[in-house]
Amino acid sequence: MSKHTLSVLVENKPGVLARVSGLFSRRSFNIDSLAVGETENPDVSRITIVVNAETSPLEQVTKQLNKLVNVLKIVELDPGVSVARELVLVKVRADRSQRAQVLETVNLFRARVVDVAPDTLTIEATGTADKLDALLRDLEPFGIKEMVQSGLVAIGRGSRSITTGSALRAA
Amino acid sequence: MTRPTPETLANSARRHRSAAAEGSNDPSDQFPRRLRPGAQPAGDQSGPLAESGRGAGTAQVVAPVQVSGAGSLVKSLEALGVEVAFGIPGGAILPAYDPLYDSSVRHILVRHEQGAGHAATGYAQATGRVGVCVATSGPGATNLVTPIADAYMDSVPMVAITGQVARPAIGTDAFQEADIQGITLPITKHNYLIQTAEEIPRILAEAFHLAATGRPGPVLVDIPKDVLQAQTTFSWPPTLDLPGYRPTLHPHGKQIREAARLMTTARRPVLYVGGGVLKAGATEGLRKLAEMTGIPVVTTLMARGAFPDSHRQHLGMPGMHGTVAAVYGLQKSDLIVALGARFDDRVTGKLDSFAPGAAIVHADIDPAEIGKNRAADVPIVGDAKYVIDELIEAVRAATAGQTAPVDRTDWWAQLDDLRDRYPLGYDEPTDGTLAPQYVIERLGAIAGPEAIYVAGVGQHQMWAAQFVSYEKPYTWLNSGGLGTMGYAVPAAMGAKVGKPDSTVWGIDGDGCFQMTNQELATCALEGIPVKIAVINNGNLGMVRQWQTLFYGERYSNTELGTHKHRIPDFVKLAEALGCVGLRCESKADVDKTIKAAMEINDAPVVVDFVVGKDAMVWPMVAAGTSNDEIMFARGVRPAFDDDEL
Repeated sequence: MSKHTLSVLVENKPGVLARVSGLFSRRSFNIDSLAVGETENPDVSRITIVVNAETSPLEQVTKQLNKLVNVLKIVELDPGVSVARELVLVKVRADRSQRAQVLETVNLFRARVVDVAPDTLTIEATGTADKLDALLRDLEPFGIKEMVQSGLVAIGRGSRSITTGSALRAA
Repeated sequence: MTRPTPETLANSARRHRSAAAEGSNDPSDQFPRRLRPGAQPAGDQSGPLAESGRGAGTAQVVAPVQVSGAGSLVKSLEALGVEVAFGIPGGAILPAYDPLYDSSVRHILVRHEQGAGHAATGYAQATGRVGVCVATSGPGATNLVTPIADAYMDSVPMVAITGQVARPAIGTDAFQEADIQGITLPITKHNYLIQTAEEIPRILAEAFHLAATGRPGPVLVDIPKDVLQAQTTFSWPPTLDLPGYRPTLHPHGKQIREAARLMTTARRPVLYVGGGVLKAGATEGLRKLAEMTGIPVVTTLMARGAFPDSHRQHLGMPGMHGTVAAVYGLQKSDLIVALGARFDDRVTGKLDSFAPGAAIVHADIDPAEIGKNRAADVPIVGDAKYVIDELIEAVRAATAGQTAPVDRTDWWAQLDDLRDRYPLGYDEPTDGTLAPQYVIERLGAIAGPEAIYVAGVGQHQMWAAQFVSYEKPYTWLNSGGLGTMGYAVPAAMGAKVGKPDSTVWGIDGDGCFQMTNQELATCALEGIPVKIAVINNGNLGMVRQWQTLFYGERYSNTELGTHKHRIPDFVKLAEALGCVGLRCESKADVDKTIKAAMEINDAPVVVDFVVGKDAMVWPMVAAGTSNDEIMFARGVRPAFDDDEL
């Protein structure tokens, strides 16, 4: 099993996310992470899905996804030639005695403090899954009160774009 | 017993009136005989419908008129050339039934929505046109779930139109509300919940286009009641908006040449023909391809009739209850050319021991089928019609360059030997009961190859696939993928509506028949004279067969009482439903009963064939075992000279 990142371009219509995610569960795939948003073309949304799967069943799921009428294009992003980011917001215990240490960790990871309360700091960080894991590991000892993580978003490196295809122009 | 009924006459008079009022608006003139997916140019899905090659029926131009949403729906159906819809009205769909009352579309009022769905399927399977069924919201829509799933598994072009509660009530658990779009998500090719009345013509046109093109399948259109009631403008043709839908119709030339090379050099090849060949209207091409290559042919349960049973190259049906020659032909082949087939588990048996020595050429219009179960050496994505036509050309070119054709004398000798030693057959019951296989064999012989045969699911279905000789395409209808008991009566009704000049025989079991026989009332009232042979063995026969073979003859809940107690009495039931009821209990009466049924053309006929309960379907590859383990009869394994193969 290995991780695969799929970029799925879909028509921006109600119910499309349910069709896409339903297909994964129906073929007994577990989605590790999922992120959806509009693209530069408001008629087109982009779903980034991270799945843990063998290559041949993944190919079957990709083919099934391609059959969905609202799916315009599917591209598997190669981690070597793409940029992938996640975002995390984390509320850490940081009273006066600990605050300096927490801020030092925040700075080391180029994270940002977005909210301050008497006994907590809320920290925002973006990065790869590895970097965020490392940050969370370092914050753990102070006491994580709450945490929320976005799905991964990814884009290919270089000047080529996956959204310039005949199908997408038509949309 | 006098037909047609006053209702039928009133209905047809009204239809003629409205057809006359609209001049030349006879839908049968406007619609192509066969709505072939291949007629669709690829990549043209966003152009106006009139240019998309769907034929004259959709080229009709209607200037904008003010109508209700319901009016727009019915006008769309008319513009699409729909001649018949099967359905039942109810609260949410009620607005649509008002304009339908004056429409050229014939609405057939069924007795259960499941019947409407299977009738639409039977109509589509017999004619190649899109079948249409209509139901109201909630239970009406959920009753369509089984036939929609059935059509999905067998790739049948069908459009289901359902009423929905008014938009403000959606999501409130309103009376008769069901999220039918969500429910049918995994069993439709696509589905819609219409949001505004303006979308109706476009979505209907898209639904019919999706249902009929590419790999056909069911499409559901859910329409809220307030959308049906809203005022809107109807004009035709609409512009389709399907940017993500581009079925590949033309195969890749390189793959075709490679397939042709293998077909002209393989020593033990087999053509494995599936339902896709029928869907594509490619049966003539298939015959040509088979004859020019001399390759043996097997036709799956979904493809019976795609290649004449009487043809010397036909080995019969492969799979769990296939012929020994077909099963072994595939198993020992060095090349399988799969055309519109999907390596279903009923065909392959235990997958990892299926045809171990065969290279696979797999042609299908659905890329997801290729490599799904068995890896393909030569994958070909395309419509079977184009695939076969291009294979014919490529094979011609490949043989032209050959010094001597490949010698397949040994292969044919082995296959002929298997055919001789293990033909389809059955033993006469020793207890003096009537053999069900004999009934079906005689039915096929008397009704002949022009008749359409529609089976339910179970033993009778397998015998109908085995013992009726199919010579022509679209004469064999059954529920293959989903295995829906209760399919036969409503599907036969739909087939008869689509092919009124053909004799339509439903071959049903006593279990299946009790699931959907109420549609015989529809047949009687609407003047649809189908003939139903109930192969009545008093039991759920196929389940009983498995209990005999695998559960130590413990017959748990398979005895139906139709023998022991004669409940129901099928003859009385037939008569109560407005049909002619006949009964046959002995071999001597079989021919004359069938002939008597054939004589009746003004009413549906039900024949209760009381047959023995112990007959079994053979040959058989037990579920989960290898095709190598095929049993010719109980305890009889065919003898194969494996060294030779």
